[in-house]
Amino acid sequence: MYSEKVMDHFQNPRNVGEIENPSGVGTVGNAKCGDIMRIYLDIDENQIIRDCKFKTFGCGAAVATSSMATELVKGKNIQEALQVTNKAVMEALDGLPPVKVHCSLLAEEAIHAALWDYAEKHGIKIEGLSKPKSDIHEGEEEEEEEY
Amino acid sequence: MKTRIYLDNAATTKTAQEVVDAMLPYFTESYGNPSSIYELGQRSKEAITKAREEVARVIGAKTEEIYFTGGGSEADNWAIKAAYEAYKSKGNHIITSKIEHHAVLHTCQYLEKQGARVTYLDVDENGLVDLDQLQKAITPETILITIMFANNEIGTIEPVKEIGMIAKEHGILFHTDAVQAFGQVPIDVDELNIDMLSSSAHKINGPKGIGCLYIRKGVKIRSFIHGGAQERKRRAGTENVPGIVGYGVAARMAAESMIERTKKEKELRDYFIRRVLEEVPYTRLNGDPVKRLPNNANFSFQFIEGESLLIMLDMKGIAGSSGSACTSGSLDPSHVLLAIGLPHEIAHGSLRLTLGADTTKEDLDYTLDQIKEIVAKLRNLSPLYEDFIRKQEKEKK
Repeated sequence: MYSEKVMDHFQNPRNVGEIENPSGVGTVGNAKCGDIMRIYLDIDENQIIRDCKFKTFGCGAAVATSSMATELVKGKNIQEALQVTNKAVMEALDGLPPVKVHCSLLAEEAIHAALWDYAEKHGIKIEGLSKPKSDIHEGEEEEEEEY
Repeated sequence: MKTRIYLDNAATTKTAQEVVDAMLPYFTESYGNPSSIYELGQRSKEAITKAREEVARVIGAKTEEIYFTGGGSEADNWAIKAAYEAYKSKGNHIITSKIEHHAVLHTCQYLEKQGARVTYLDVDENGLVDLDQLQKAITPETILITIMFANNEIGTIEPVKEIGMIAKEHGILFHTDAVQAFGQVPIDVDELNIDMLSSSAHKINGPKGIGCLYIRKGVKIRSFIHGGAQERKRRAGTENVPGIVGYGVAARMAAESMIERTKKEKELRDYFIRRVLEEVPYTRLNGDPVKRLPNNANFSFQFIEGESLLIMLDMKGIAGSSGSACTSGSLDPSHVLLAIGLPHEIAHGSLRLTLGADTTKEDLDYTLDQIKEIVAKLRNLSPLYEDFIRKQEKEKK
């Protein structure tokens, strides 16, 4: 059900781990829905993301999207990192099954949450970044009713 | 990777070669319609009668009390919907449990929309229904108790005998979904006061798409599928002759091998459970340790998510299943694991392995080695585990 790229990033996830004294860290998702993603950022004085690490509790798609998201933001500046949308992550993974699209939203939210933390710590405002939602499943559609 | 070790026998089983051999002639040689009067038709009819006897014998029923259906879900739907229709003039109350298979739960929910009142009994931490709560739930309006014989996820065997006695005392119909228990544990419908019982062939090395509903003589429920006069006018449609023949053989084989097979499975299961609990930290067994299907082992590995675990096991050639939300297409983990009181994050980390007659100790040793490695790998990835370790380190200081 998963693309080869998803399976590759799931089996060999890139950038797993923690960063000591990170510039910013963001944790999103909740255990109730079965996925939690944490992203650590190391950002230099020129606002370039020097390093990025993650930890994820979740399904294969959640792990793969975290891995891909860290790959996509590494070496980018903050504005570029903000452009790493869930769509971009999905495309880079050659797509996800429809029921797993919410996992890619989680990756986008985790990057935003880490950037928000960085901005708050440094007392700066990042244009185009709003406070991340605490629960990524907010406003998701209800299950279809049975007949 | 190609599946080498199949540990998902509660999902379905491999069709036994003897079953396939017995079925094959009924496709191309004895293909007559059992309702036809000529010899070819009568041959099919006789094969059905023989299979009906074999299925009936497994549960101590009379031959004419077995009605073949298209599987376990159809049997559950039929029993519950038809009982409601037949007895709703007497009352509209149905009692079931929170851990039923969806074929029962969703049928009850459907009937609620039609005016039924349904009580969903709680279960304890091992998945056993509360008999006191059952007694108290009964009202003069109660027309049906439907509680599963054994749970498909956690393997817990319910106190069916006690439930049957309670139902009988109050003159209430008792239906049990025995899809997981049929051919795995001894069942006698008279001794247990069971009025209706659902079963399915593909769980006992029979073919898919065939099952039965046992209906005690005198229980007045009507046809679910209208049409011809098949199945004593209670289930229309030309019989699935090869399926029925296969079901009969599978039922006979399951009954004949039950004592020996389940003794071996229990030993292997307990050996495996003991080693998993001893060798994988932060792990729990779900379901009753003793009142349990012989082939079921269900664990929760803290801090990890079940689908990840399943995919990694699959890559090692091992087939299992999980109660994680990600495997069901919804956001909620298994209703059974939530009903036994597991928090969501622990329910998401569940793994069900169900042994078969062919399972060996070597299979389980290999599986355990893989589980240990995979669980460690996934915990290394898990922010929940990271938080847990940090908290522990803090407490040490």
